[in-house]
Amino acid sequence: MTATPRVLMDAGKMDRTLARMAAEIRERESDTLAVVGIRTRGVHLAARLRDKLQRIDDRQVDFGILDINLYRDDLSMVADHPVLRKTEISFPVSGRRLVLVDDVLYTGRTIRAALDALTDLGRPTAIQLAVLVDRGLREVPIQPDFIGMAVPTQADQHVRVLVREEDGVDRVELGERVLPKREKP
Amino acid sequence: MPMKLLDQPSQPLLLKGGCLLDPASGRHENHDLLLAGGRIKALAPNLNVPDARVLDVAGKWVVPGLIDMHVHLREPGGEDAETIATGTRAAVAGGFTAVAAMPNTVPVNDDQSVTRFILAQAAREGVARVYPIGCVTKGSSGRELTEMGNQVEAGCVAFSDDGKPVASAQVMRRALEYAGVFGLPIIDHCEDPTLAAGAVMNEGAVSTALGLRGMPDAAEEVMVDRNIRLAGLTGGRVHIAHISTRGAIESVRLGKATGVRVTAEVTPHHLLLTEEAVRGYDTDFRMNPPLRSEADRAACVAGLVDGTIDAIATDHAPHAREFKNVEFNAAPNGVIGLETAIPVLMDRLVATGLLAPARLVEALTVAPSRILKLEGQGSLAVDSLADVTVLDPEHPFTVDARRFRSLSRNTPFNGWRCRGSVTFTIVAGYLVHDGRGDFAG
Amino acid sequence: MADLSDRHLLGIEGLASEEITLILDTAESMVEIGQREIKKVPTLRGKTVVNFFYEPSTRTRSSFEIAEKRLSADIVNFSASGSSVSKGETLLDTARTLEAMEPNFIVIRHGASGAARFLADRCRASIINAGDGMHEHPTQALLDAFTMRRHKKKLAGLNVAIVGDITHSRVARSNAYLLTTMGARVTFCGPATMIPPHVECLGARVESRMEKALEGVDVIMMLRIQRERQSRLALPSLREYTRLYGLDRRRLNLAHPEALIMHPGPINRGVEIADDVADDPRSVILEQVANGVAIRMAVLYLLARNWDAHEAA
Repeated sequence: MTATPRVLMDAGKMDRTLARMAAEIRERESDTLAVVGIRTRGVHLAARLRDKLQRIDDRQVDFGILDINLYRDDLSMVADHPVLRKTEISFPVSGRRLVLVDDVLYTGRTIRAALDALTDLGRPTAIQLAVLVDRGLREVPIQPDFIGMAVPTQADQHVRVLVREEDGVDRVELGERVLPKREKP
Repeated sequence: MPMKLLDQPSQPLLLKGGCLLDPASGRHENHDLLLAGGRIKALAPNLNVPDARVLDVAGKWVVPGLIDMHVHLREPGGEDAETIATGTRAAVAGGFTAVAAMPNTVPVNDDQSVTRFILAQAAREGVARVYPIGCVTKGSSGRELTEMGNQVEAGCVAFSDDGKPVASAQVMRRALEYAGVFGLPIIDHCEDPTLAAGAVMNEGAVSTALGLRGMPDAAEEVMVDRNIRLAGLTGGRVHIAHISTRGAIESVRLGKATGVRVTAEVTPHHLLLTEEAVRGYDTDFRMNPPLRSEADRAACVAGLVDGTIDAIATDHAPHAREFKNVEFNAAPNGVIGLETAIPVLMDRLVATGLLAPARLVEALTVAPSRILKLEGQGSLAVDSLADVTVLDPEHPFTVDARRFRSLSRNTPFNGWRCRGSVTFTIVAGYLVHDGRGDFAG
Repeated sequence: MADLSDRHLLGIEGLASEEITLILDTAESMVEIGQREIKKVPTLRGKTVVNFFYEPSTRTRSSFEIAEKRLSADIVNFSASGSSVSKGETLLDTARTLEAMEPNFIVIRHGASGAARFLADRCRASIINAGDGMHEHPTQALLDAFTMRRHKKKLAGLNVAIVGDITHSRVARSNAYLLTTMGARVTFCGPATMIPPHVECLGARVESRMEKALEGVDVIMMLRIQRERQSRLALPSLREYTRLYGLDRRRLNLAHPEALIMHPGPINRGVEIADDVADDPRSVILEQVANGVAIRMAVLYLLARNWDAHEAA
C-alpha cells in the first residue's frame, strides 16, 4: 500500500514557475533562441516555455522535439518510453544556442543521451538545460541552468510530473515507491 | 546372450498365472506355459514343474514372440548407426523375438555371401532371431534379378529393394514370377521416383506452409496399383511395405477382394502421427514414406482393424546423431521403432479401445510369420519354438531415447508417457530381456 | 504493445497485428535518421551482428549492413563461397563457430527452408531470418507493407495481387501472412504448375488469369522468375510466361489508376515487367530498397530491446 503522494506543485504554481523560468531564460539569452523538448512530457513543457518566451518580446523562438531512446546507454530502461517516435527538429542545429527542456532531472543519464543526440544532428554553439524539477541524486556530472524547483529526494521516492496534454491535469507529485519501508520509531 | 548358446539345452522355464493370448488358435485364457529344450512343452491351467525356473506373470499377457518383419540392422557397412548386436538387443527390449533384416546394407545383400555373413553374425552376436531379406535386383539397381534360389538356400525369407521401389514394371513382373517359384513375396517400397523426386515430406498444406517439397499421395498409390495388377497377372505374391495412404489401402482392399495375393504392413508412426508433426523442422519426423494427413492416418488404423493391412512392422531405420542433426532437407529419411512400438501402440490404440488386443498381437505374430513362412513361429502351440513375449497392459513406460539399447536416437516418440510395456522377452527358451522396473519414470 | 514477443524474427507467421504495427511505426523513426547528415545513432554500440549469407545476395546483404552500421553495431560477414562451408562444413558446425564469437544477432540467409529455425534452436543469439529456402523472408514483407502503408495510409482493405512462381517464393508466403493478418486481400496469380497445393492455408485466393487477377487491385507485386530454380516442367519457356503473365501497359491499366507497382528485386526487364512499366511513376521498386534499411533498423532495435530486458531479468 502506498501513502498518498505529496503535491509539490498544483496547476497554478506550475504555470507561475514556467513563467518565471521563461523570464530568466530571456534575461540571460538575448540572441535568437531555440527550445528543444525531450519526449514525452519535456515536449509539452518546452512548448509552453516557447509560448511564454514569444510573448515576452514578440520574437520568434524555434521549437524542436527530441526522442532519445536510440541514445540510451541501457536499452532495458526503455520501459518508461515504450514507443519510439520521431525526433522532429526542422531547423539547423549548428551555430544555434539551444535550451534543452525536460520535466525531471534525476541521474542525469537522459540528458547525457540528449546531448549525444543533439551533437549527432550538428554543432550547437551552446546547449543549456531547463528542468521543471531537480530531484538530485546525480550519477553523471550534469547540472541544470534553469530550475523550476529543487527538491532533495531519496532513491526509494518517486517524482511525477503530470501535464494536461498527456494526463489531463497539471501537477507535480512526490511519492514513495511501491513497497513501504518499515516505520522507524 | 549370443544365439550360439541356443545349441545347448536351457533350464525349463515356467510362466505362471498369466493370460495366454494366442490369435493363431483363438486362445484367450488364463493358462500356465512351460518351455523346455527350446520348444513349448505344455500349456494348462495349473502347471507345477519342480526343476523349472518360475516367472510370475500374473496380470500380464503371454503372447507368441513378436516378429518385426521390416528392420534395418545396418550391418554390414553402417555400424555407426546400428549393428546386429545392438539392433537385436533393441528388438528384445521392445518385445521382439525375431526380426527380418532389410538388404540395403553396404554392400547390399544381393548375394549369398552377404546372407551368410548376416546369419553368422547373428549367431555370434545377436540375441534375437534374424531372418535376412535379399535384394530383388543386383546391386539394388533395378535391372537384373538376383540369384533368388541361392539366396533362399542361404536363408533369405523374402526379397525387396527397400529404400527404393522396383521402378520398372517389367522387372517387377519378372521378379514376381521368379520369386513365385519359391513361394516367397516381393516386398516393394511403393513410390513413383519421378513424382516423389526431391520430396522431403508429404505434399499438402503443411509442405506449402513450411516451404518444403512434398510428395503427393499419388506417388505411393500409382505403384501400389501397378503392383497389385502385376501380382494378379503373374499369380505371384506382393507385399506392400509401410503402407501410408488411404488410396493405397483401398486398392489393397479391392485387390484382396478379387483374389490377388497382396499383403500389406503399416508402421506405428503412420498409425499415430501426421504431417503436422513436421512443423518445427525436427528431423526425427522425417522418414519415407512421410507422415501423411489425418485422413490417411485414420485410414491406416481402420485398415489395420479390418484386416486389409495384415501386419505391423516398425521399419526401424537407425541413423547416427550427426547425420540427423542437420537442416530438414539435408537429413536422411528414417526413424527407429523397435523399442517404442509396444508402448505407443498399447497406449494409443489398445487402451483407447480402437484396436483389440488380439488384433494387435495377430498383426505382430501370425501375420508376419504367415507372410514370411516362418516355421514354428507366431503361435503358442505345443512344439512351437519357445519364443514368447510377456506384455503388461498397465505398467507405465516413458519413452527416453537416452536409455535405448539401439545405437541410434532418432525416434519421433521421445518423451511419450505410455501405459503398456514389455515385461519379458524369451527367445528359444532363454530369458533375453527382463523389463520389470524399466523406464517406469 | 511495446515489445515483440519473440526474441527472434524467424517469419511473419505467428506475428500478431500489433507486433507488425509496432515494427512499421518504429521504422518511421528510423527513416528520419537516414535523412540526417550524420546517419548514425549509438543504439547498438558494442553489440555484434553476424551476417551469415549462405546464398548470394547483394541487395539484402547490403541493406542489412547499412542498417547495422547506422545503429553503430560491429559486423562480421560470413558467406558460403570461399569459406569452410564450401569445404564441407555443416550448418551445425558453422553455427557452433558463429556462437563462439558470441554475437548478439545472427542474420541468416540460407537455401534450406527451416535454416533460421535450426539456428534459433541451437544458438543463443537473436536470429533474424533474411530468407530461408522457400519458406519466409520476413523483412521483405515488412518493407513491402511499410511502402504500401506510406502510400495508401493503411493496409486493411487493400487489394493486393502477387504474380509469379508462388511455389518457390518465400516473399509470396511472408507477404500473404502479413497482408491477411493486417486485413488486406491477397490474390495469387501464376501458372497452375507454380501454385502450391492447399495454398488457401496461406490466406490467399488464386486466380490463374492475369487479367482477372489485376482487375481494380491497389498493389501489383511481381515476383522474379527464378531462372536458377526453374525446370522446364513447370514452365515451357520464358517467352510463354511473359505472354501470359508479364506486366505490360495493357494489363497495368486494368488495375486501379493509382495502383502501386512493386517487385522484391532484382527485376528481369522484359520478362516479368515490361521495360516501360518498370519506369512508370507508379513503380515504388526503388523506394522498397530504401525502406528496407529503415525496416531492418527497426527490427534490430526492437529485438535488441528484448535481448537487454532478457539479460537484465
